[in-house]
Amino acid sequence: MAPFVARGLLLLALLFPAAARAQADDPYAAFATHDYEAMRAAIETLSTSGDARAPAILAALQAGQLRVGADGTLYLRAADGSLREAVSGAAAAGVDAAALKEVRMNNAVRRALDGALGGLRLFAADPSTRAAAAEAVFKGRDRAALPALDRALARETDAWVKSVMAQARAALILAGGGASEADTLAAIAVLRARGDLEASSLLASVAGQPAAVMRAAHDALTAIQRQRQLWDIGESVFYGLSLGSVLLLAAAGLAITFGVMGVINMAHGEMVMLGAYTTFVVQEAMRAHAPGLIGASLFVAVPAAFLVAGAVGIVIERGLIRFLYGRPLETLLATWGLSLILQQVVRSIFGPSNREVSTPAWMSGAFPLGGLTITANRLTIIVFAALVFAVLMLALRRTPLGLRMRAVTQNRFMAAAMGIRTPWIDALTFGLGSGVAGIAGVALSQIDNVSPNLGQSYIIDSFMVVVFGGVGNLWGTALGALTLGIVNKFLEPVAGAVLGKIAVLVLLIVFIQRRPRGMFPLKGRAVEA
Amino acid sequence: MTEPIGTASDTLLYLNGVTVSFDGFRALNGLSLVLDPGEMRAVIGPNGAGKTTMMDVITGKTRPDEGEVIYREHTDLTALDEADIAALGIGRKFQKPTVFEMHTVWDNLLLALAGDRSPAHTMFGRAPAHERTRIEEVLATTRLIEHRARRAGDLSHGQKQWLEIGMLLAQEPQLLLVDEPVAGMTDAETEATAELLRAINRTRSVVVVEHDMAFVRALGVKVTVLHEGSVLSEGSIDHVSSDPRVIEVYLGR
Amino acid sequence: MRAITAGDGVTLVAVAGGAVLLAVLNLATAPDAALHVPSFVLPLAGKYLCYAMLALAVDLVWGFAGILSLGHAAFFALGGYAMGMYLMREIGTRGVYGNATLPDFMVFLNWTRLPWYWHGFDMFWFACVMVALVPGVLALVFGYLAFRSRVSGVYLSIITQALTYALLLAFFRNDMGFGGNNGMTDFKDILGLPLHADATRAGLLILTASFLCAQLLLARALVRSRFGKVLIAVRDAESRVRFLGYRPESYKLVVWVISAVMAAIGGALYVPQVGIINPSEFSPANSIEAVIWVAVGGRGTLVGAILGAVLVNLGKTYFTGALPELWLYALGGLFVVVTLLLPNGVLGLLRRRGAGNGAVPTPLPVGEQPT
Repeated sequence: MAPFVARGLLLLALLFPAAARAQADDPYAAFATHDYEAMRAAIETLSTSGDARAPAILAALQAGQLRVGADGTLYLRAADGSLREAVSGAAAAGVDAAALKEVRMNNAVRRALDGALGGLRLFAADPSTRAAAAEAVFKGRDRAALPALDRALARETDAWVKSVMAQARAALILAGGGASEADTLAAIAVLRARGDLEASSLLASVAGQPAAVMRAAHDALTAIQRQRQLWDIGESVFYGLSLGSVLLLAAAGLAITFGVMGVINMAHGEMVMLGAYTTFVVQEAMRAHAPGLIGASLFVAVPAAFLVAGAVGIVIERGLIRFLYGRPLETLLATWGLSLILQQVVRSIFGPSNREVSTPAWMSGAFPLGGLTITANRLTIIVFAALVFAVLMLALRRTPLGLRMRAVTQNRFMAAAMGIRTPWIDALTFGLGSGVAGIAGVALSQIDNVSPNLGQSYIIDSFMVVVFGGVGNLWGTALGALTLGIVNKFLEPVAGAVLGKIAVLVLLIVFIQRRPRGMFPLKGRAVEA
Repeated sequence: MTEPIGTASDTLLYLNGVTVSFDGFRALNGLSLVLDPGEMRAVIGPNGAGKTTMMDVITGKTRPDEGEVIYREHTDLTALDEADIAALGIGRKFQKPTVFEMHTVWDNLLLALAGDRSPAHTMFGRAPAHERTRIEEVLATTRLIEHRARRAGDLSHGQKQWLEIGMLLAQEPQLLLVDEPVAGMTDAETEATAELLRAINRTRSVVVVEHDMAFVRALGVKVTVLHEGSVLSEGSIDHVSSDPRVIEVYLGR
Repeated sequence: MRAITAGDGVTLVAVAGGAVLLAVLNLATAPDAALHVPSFVLPLAGKYLCYAMLALAVDLVWGFAGILSLGHAAFFALGGYAMGMYLMREIGTRGVYGNATLPDFMVFLNWTRLPWYWHGFDMFWFACVMVALVPGVLALVFGYLAFRSRVSGVYLSIITQALTYALLLAFFRNDMGFGGNNGMTDFKDILGLPLHADATRAGLLILTASFLCAQLLLARALVRSRFGKVLIAVRDAESRVRFLGYRPESYKLVVWVISAVMAAIGGALYVPQVGIINPSEFSPANSIEAVIWVAVGGRGTLVGAILGAVLVNLGKTYFTGALPELWLYALGGLFVVVTLLLPNGVLGLLRRRGAGNGAVPTPLPVGEQPT
């Protein structure tokens, strides 16, 4: 409560002297003249006056909506064409709009106006508006904004806004030149702390200054560049993590069907595709029946995709794969055939072209984190992949079903002897892996084209991830996916996207030949069998 | 009797302190064993005692974490792979009879015959007369003469065991490692197998891993008892079967 | 022991006789005669026979050495590209841009000089050497690394697939200098003979048939030799072979390279008859399709591979023309049905229980491999 009151008082304090001054000497009168120099001066006065009417009037001037009557009265023209007296705020009834003239400007006035508007927003009530205004000053580098900035800085209470304002001030000092050596050095230090591209271009433009300043600028520049490199690495890591999360999502199901059960399911990619199409269907249904909830469609799609892909998986296991246990190469071929059929089914139902899956608002946009730009959809996928993985781990480690699954994969006969119905466990395990693939499809529908071929592009990558991480080891799969994602993103700037991908494939081929059982091989007699 | 552990002179096979771990489980734990030239040795032990792992180490399938495996005083077997070790004259018969099921009995023996193992030789070389004679000999030894043209996969279990022993003979090894040769055999076949092994032992050294105590008794050779990856007891069959530790392992607890 | 089987004899006669018959019926009959074979049939038949070579190559490694390659189409495509490069150079000034040395797509990309790896491809003999050499060396390096480290079974299948996938991506790139996405096409003639002339087409078909027959005989000799017996032994019980003192990796490597070169020759003959080579030939789906040809015909029989390749591709030509949306169902169904119900393929159906040397055993349950 207290800050709120304080802010109100502050506003009052701002308003009162301003109102008094406006009566004594009306700067608005200048806009009725054609004297551009007077207008410029008036704008500067207004910009630092704190007059509450100034923002609206100046904004109207910038937008070309400020009109002047023959008697010199200023009018604001609203979007609907209605008019109001600008200074008094009274409704302008009976004024002939056609008789009014637009207040015109030249470039000098316009520049002053831009600065002034920026300056005015420096006093806005909303901190983020103030910060944005300060940032605009920083980018504009108009020395004229300095007095306003100084006053705003003196009044600012929010630490973050204050730091942005300090940076803007430093930019003005450095860009304008002529400041004292101490001020300049302080400005350099502020910019060094800011450390982005703008700051470094400002620092690079420092010229004709005393040696100490030049040295400080140079040092700051190198420091920023070093920091930029670190941020670049950070960015590659982030992109790599997000790619790795995509790979992990695609491979997690495979880590169960292939890694734990040893079933080579070449139709795994199609399970992913089914998940993506489920998302599409869910969204269409919600758009038709519950348009208000469309933002939550993905929350519905995740369980739906799990069930659809899981059910299809169980059908595949019961109908095909169980006849082929112990014959991995035959399983590979049969499931490949199945993948062709599934693709064609989807193509027949939904058509061969891409289907539009919308991205909810909360997944779009971006925000800065230090020197990084974090896009919401990437972040969501990273978090989502981590969640899916954690749930999967819990399901395998902590649930009765997981216990039975592990028992069956470790010693089928013993498990059967203890009364576990192994065929059911096989089917459920396969269903679980397929269901997870379906969930991956929901995520992939957000970043990739939803087409019948969606799955094919992930199948090789998924197998690579599982083999790379060590078959039968879920942690290995996770680490393998993230490693591959990051390596891929680091290779991309060096080699280009396609060559980077090729390089990763070649590296993987070589790696598998070095360590045929992956990074984290399972050891022991069971493996030899 | 035995030479003291610690020297490798006058021995055919010398294992010292061999340790193999799988994920923390010690399949072999400081195993030491000395085999004299021309000796036949029976190795017994309960399940998981490390018998098969010992064979794996000797034949190069498994690398030990620690310890020495020396063949003929100066050849370090741990540095060689399966093919090298086979070429040195160490042959192995698997626990499950492992023959090439799609090939005829004759071809199984042909592939086992000692000789050049390079692809170039097998691609262009023709079977010379002395090879044919040798195959005939082995067929006779293993009582498979009339089965020579049958697919190995169609043989009975006992015949497969014999074929595999025959393949071992065709390999002309100095040392035969035989893993449970009489598992699943009838009494008559077991007896005949014991006889065959004794005949082989006249010219070659043999290590037999077996569960069947009657068979081991019938062989009448020195016995090594393995337990939990190391030697529990060693000596004649009467000696080890009266050893209280052996009795405890086999019967106790 | 006879040098060839009865099935081989039938196949040789059918392949060679069929090719000659088609050629004669095309060249020596009037276009309106009842027995006339239209010209488009010749390259179509030639295409099937080239696929049969690919299938034969797959069967040699899969049927006899147990190596399931999911990347054999890569060797086929590389052979095709080597031949395509010769045919491109042979176009000379007749291209759209009329450049005597640079193929059209290079002119289009504003290249001014021929890349170094294109030199020599104006000579036919050089291209022929490269047809065998490039895929052969790739197979040698890849196989050496893979087999030496005992990568086998499904793992090997997956990395062969990764290999062809990597090549697919690479050949899609324009700056690789192989025509990128569009590949190479618009060929004019081979050794001065116009490719669109019926006589050239007939000649190519007969040449393809001859190569296929030669490959069948070679493959048969190989699997009948002691080398082939070792291969089959490796397929069925690799570790037993190892304990007999053989090095399975050397055997696999030799047969792998031979097989790669066989596939490459198929690819080289494919390109002049089909008239185009592009990166899609590298797509993993192609390699897997080749495997199903072998499975349909009968794995480990050689003859079955040829039969399967021709049958499946006849079906494909029919379906894609008449019922295009059904083709993938048919192909997918074929994979499922053959693996589930016909483990020995069509040939297995034909001769229920041949005692032949190479017939594949009915798959045994897990744990069959000795430990």
